[in-house]
Amino acid sequence: MSATEAGPGKSAYREREESVELSHVKAPAAYDGEAPDSELLTLNMGPHHPATHGVLRLLVTLEGEVVRDLKPIIGYVHTGIEKTAEDKAYWKAIPVIERMDYLAYFFNAYAFCGATETLLDIEVPRRAQYLRVIHMELNRIMSHLVWLGTSALDLGAMSMFWYCFREREMILDLFEYSTGQRMHTRYFQVGGVIEDVPAGWADKVREFCDVMPGRVDQYGDLLSKNEIVLQRLRNVCPLGNEELLALGVTGPLLRAAGNPWDLRKAMPYCSYEDFDFKIPVGTEGDNYDRFAVRMQEMKESTKIIVQALDGLPEGPFIVEDRKVALPPRHELATSMEALIHHFKLVTEGFRVPPGEVYFPVESPRGELGCFVRSDGSSKPARVHMRDPSFVNLQATNAMVKDSYIADLIATLAMMDPVLGGIDR
Amino acid sequence: MEIIRPGSEDKQDFRSRQLTARQLLTGDLDDSELEAHVESRVITTTMDKATAWARGNAFMPATFGLACCAIEMMSIVAGRADVARFGFEAFRASPRQADLLILSGRVSIKMAPIIRRIYDQMLDPKYAIAMGACSSSMGVFNNYAIVPADKFLPVDVHVPGCPPRPEALMHGILKLRSMVQLDPAQGWRERHGAERTVEVLPEEGANLMAANVPGRTGHGSNA
Amino acid sequence: MPDATGLELLAGELRDAEDESVLGTLHFRGQATILADPRHVRAVLARLRGKGYRHLMSVHGVDYYPEEPRLGVLYELLDRSRLDRVRVKVRVPTDAAVVESVTPDWPTADHQEREVYDMFGVVFEGHPDPRRILMPEDYEGFPQRRDFPIGGEPVLFTKDAAIGADYTQ
Repeated sequence: MSATEAGPGKSAYREREESVELSHVKAPAAYDGEAPDSELLTLNMGPHHPATHGVLRLLVTLEGEVVRDLKPIIGYVHTGIEKTAEDKAYWKAIPVIERMDYLAYFFNAYAFCGATETLLDIEVPRRAQYLRVIHMELNRIMSHLVWLGTSALDLGAMSMFWYCFREREMILDLFEYSTGQRMHTRYFQVGGVIEDVPAGWADKVREFCDVMPGRVDQYGDLLSKNEIVLQRLRNVCPLGNEELLALGVTGPLLRAAGNPWDLRKAMPYCSYEDFDFKIPVGTEGDNYDRFAVRMQEMKESTKIIVQALDGLPEGPFIVEDRKVALPPRHELATSMEALIHHFKLVTEGFRVPPGEVYFPVESPRGELGCFVRSDGSSKPARVHMRDPSFVNLQATNAMVKDSYIADLIATLAMMDPVLGGIDR
Repeated sequence: MEIIRPGSEDKQDFRSRQLTARQLLTGDLDDSELEAHVESRVITTTMDKATAWARGNAFMPATFGLACCAIEMMSIVAGRADVARFGFEAFRASPRQADLLILSGRVSIKMAPIIRRIYDQMLDPKYAIAMGACSSSMGVFNNYAIVPADKFLPVDVHVPGCPPRPEALMHGILKLRSMVQLDPAQGWRERHGAERTVEVLPEEGANLMAANVPGRTGHGSNA
Repeated sequence: MPDATGLELLAGELRDAEDESVLGTLHFRGQATILADPRHVRAVLARLRGKGYRHLMSVHGVDYYPEEPRLGVLYELLDRSRLDRVRVKVRVPTDAAVVESVTPDWPTADHQEREVYDMFGVVFEGHPDPRRILMPEDYEGFPQRRDFPIGGEPVLFTKDAAIGADYTQ
């Protein structure tokens, strides 16, 4: 690297580099008439691919390295959850519906339980609502951690995976402590939660909440000002507010474009109006804003959890109506009605008055709505989950048009699709 | 597999072993001393067992996450239940480079032929673990859309759970590892007694190969 | 959700604009449903958009077996400025299951209408890409109809295993 001139001169190597010219190189004869980079190539990014976002198949039409068209093909993990749920009683359908969007299982269960509670017209006790909020916000943090770990893996920042999963293990320990199971906990029941939290759980959650904002800051230190992350995410694949709303996109993708639409604040449910938290919004709607919005959301969720723990009211953890919720076990020994209720609930299940409701909640990916139609029997007649990723996926084509294929990978990562919810 | 070194770790013993080893290298040991030294210091085994031991210690799982179980499979790569201690952290995306297919998640009817194609692309010896209830049997979902993995794929280990804990999946992988290390038979045909399958050998004719290239005769896939 | 009187006023306005477009209203548990005629669904949604319900949140199908007309398509609309939701329901019989597609006006209905076609067999006229979305391309039948069997494998009990009932055969 010897400088041939004083000051910021060019090295001999750079001079040699600039003197190379390619005008003597002719295009190969086969492409006479048409330059090679104006041909379109349709590539199949098949259902099995190294990107860790599930079995999504993309038909990508490329011109050189620029994406001109994109068609997502889904259905590779279609499980028939909605049809299976029609075959089971309301109580028994909750575990089936939980497995839909497999990173937001509390939200799936809450949407379904909320819809059933609306049909039954029962009121969930405040303690149950607060416990539900704590579990849902922990789930939101966990979903964002998995998103962050796998997205950083896609971008090449592999170490983030281990850090995010370390925090995720802490959250799963909390879930195991209170519900008995790490994932798909069937903790939410129609009318409340299945059991009260054990002693010491609140302290462990507080320990976690003390640690978590610092960890999010650590992730920010690693990624937010990183040159490669900025180059790969800043001003990459932006999509404006109007187009997103026309495509039905909700959640962090919409908030990254500057639109502060969040069902927790706009149409509050489950005591969210009692908590003081902010909605992070981005400014430009590009990939970096989507990334930053979710990072900040993790911190806001921590705030909600701390407030919920501070204000956790005493009281029943499930509705007192014995026709809907199981009586406590000690009553079965003394009361005949409790025994009969228990028997009816376990064998047949509660009957729900006929009607249709649509119950939307704010899941980590957007508006998750559950439509339940009941025909008066103990099994739902139709359950439909309006999954946010299913609708957000339609925005992919608009987002990645005319950008590079590497940006396609980054955009898919920032969109956070969960194929379990898309395919159901 | 444990390597037990006979003899004590006394300094004197060590010195004499060192001298014998030097004599071995310079060629100064005579027959009985040579035999005694080799027997005590060198591990002898059959080639099969040695390769089985090496093969079992170096699975390369294919990244095949389908649904919820995939998240728990990612947890075994993470720090708490660390699969790197056993040597299996090299998840290979290309099926040509992988030898373990962990079917983590529910297999839908649209996905089943694709999984079979990927399993076929893997090179012998290859193993398959059906992780979770949905891939082993139908799991929670007994309906029109799901296929149990045994119907199209010879599975070596079924790991129950919905989803199985990372420790349970580790137990399944280690069980597969001990199966591989104890039984040197390779190839899924020997293991599963698949007599009626046909292997197309290159010497049987290029025409046979040409006719069976996938995509040439089949209809286009779902596009 | 508009309350019951608000819903009646809304339906009245829709009926004023076009007479046979609204067949009924329903207000249940605080949620409003407008039952519309399938031939006028695009116009009804456009008029509701003019009234402020500018976001189509969900398009899904329901099978009302055994009531006729059997297949229903439901559109969930959202008004973000007044924080209101309203539902539009159309019902078509199985032998004439054709509804005009609203995708040209509401791009979000694209994949969702394909899913309704895939699962229930309702054909959406004017849809830019009318193919199955979740099931394989050559699948026959519409799975989420109530008379479609749920399918699945028979459970292999231990007592049957002894007599050699091998389910892989």
